[in-house]
Amino acid sequence: MIRSITQPKPEEEIDRLLEGLSRIFIIGCGTCVTLTRTGGAPEVQAMEAKLSDKGKLITGHTVVPVACDNLTREFLNEFGPQINQADTLLIMTCAFGVQTIARQLYKTVVPALNTMFIGKETAVGLFDEICTQCGTCIIGETGGICPVTNCHKGLLNGPCGGTNHGKCEIDINKDCVWTSIYNRLKELGRLDSMRRYQPPRNHLGEPKPGKFKLPAV
Amino acid sequence: MVSKFKQALQSGNFVVTCELAPPKGTNLEKMKHHIELLKDKVDAMNVTDHQSSVMRFPSLGGALLAKEMGGEVILQMTCRDRNRLALQADLLLAASRGIQNVLCLTGDSIMMGDHKEAKSVFDLDSSQLLEAIRTLERSKDLGGNDLDGAVSFCAGAIVTPEADPLEPQLIKFEKKIEAGAEFIQTQAVYDLDHFKQFMDYARQFPAKILAGIILLTSAPMARFMNKNIPGVFVPQDLIDEMAAAPKGQALAKGIEIAGRMIRRIQEEKMCDGVHIMAIGKEETVPDIMAAAGLI
Repeated sequence: MIRSITQPKPEEEIDRLLEGLSRIFIIGCGTCVTLTRTGGAPEVQAMEAKLSDKGKLITGHTVVPVACDNLTREFLNEFGPQINQADTLLIMTCAFGVQTIARQLYKTVVPALNTMFIGKETAVGLFDEICTQCGTCIIGETGGICPVTNCHKGLLNGPCGGTNHGKCEIDINKDCVWTSIYNRLKELGRLDSMRRYQPPRNHLGEPKPGKFKLPAV
Repeated sequence: MVSKFKQALQSGNFVVTCELAPPKGTNLEKMKHHIELLKDKVDAMNVTDHQSSVMRFPSLGGALLAKEMGGEVILQMTCRDRNRLALQADLLLAASRGIQNVLCLTGDSIMMGDHKEAKSVFDLDSSQLLEAIRTLERSKDLGGNDLDGAVSFCAGAIVTPEADPLEPQLIKFEKKIEAGAEFIQTQAVYDLDHFKQFMDYARQFPAKILAGIILLTSAPMARFMNKNIPGVFVPQDLIDEMAAAPKGQALAKGIEIAGRMIRRIQEEKMCDGVHIMAIGKEETVPDIMAAAGLI
């Protein structure tokens, strides 16, 4: 399943963002951030305790089922009075959730997490980036493995000189995707596809900001 | 007009190139000293482009300086810091000012350098930069537009003969040659029997090959490269030889080893020449060449 992968912001940054704001309502999410243990029920409770110790008044907290869903507005309606008493919402969800809630509630929002990438859980407790939504998918020529996402430099024509025993020179825990692509294409008998010159990428897949409207039927 | 470096490559003579590292700052005195020292001894001087992703005086500026001082230069260009507009524009500038040789590199990761939080570009890769040069030579830009005045370059690229796994690296090597690389500098090689095996394969392609020679300055430096530089392998016997050098004599030993390797490469006609990388010790290049019997 597609997952939004987050990590906590440094404590000093959250302190700075909350400067002068004394009454806080905390929102977590029951989906991706629960899986990554960055914004589920235990993390929300720990945040409440920490901020209370720092003298903040926590007007309430909740863990919404799916923060990025439009139904979040209805779910949060139940907490109307507690939310109204708060100066700000400290939101322990990914940036999708923070922005969904910011549009729905017209309150000051402070994100407690940084959203790192959209990925999936590839082993228990291990999350890997899969797709950067570039708009010009080339994985039909790379054995179904994405070099745009998984090569540190996004290279299209093979490995750089930093490839290191099948790993990337920037981090021994990260695979050199061009070794993976080579191995896969070799297994499939399709190395010809790696030998083909790939022209410069079209970066205009969908100009930012992305927008898509279904044609009328 | 064919560049002096390209003429050297075509002459069949053993070609020697070296590196010039532009300074961190505007004080060009040391670089000028190296240019004076080397310009008449080597066939061409490579000017590095923010080597190891460390911000410095630009390679284009350094190449122009060396050119003005009468040296034959190879402009190194990486794809890390400029998109296709900026790369093409710099190629136009280089061509207009008489720079005739370009070495196309992907470029190290930004994370290797001293501006780790910067945005890296990699709009093109090394093969695509080579292709861009060939496109500009046909009086077109990468957008398909006509140019008023084209370029002409002797273009090259690099290869890592000790890469593991090797075959993906060789596929890329072949793509670079197909994209227009006329010469190839290798990453440092130390095990010349390995290198001969690489050359048995590489010789079938039309590109001229220059073996990369990095000057060893100490045994710890050799061990550091083995541990930290992908595709560099210093055999144990060379490390032992460096370690056995008397105190204060390690650099002299490194010069002797580099000279000995170059002499063997030339005597056994392994490849078309060498590219000497005396990182931070450019003033030793004449000593290395003397040790190799080249001057």
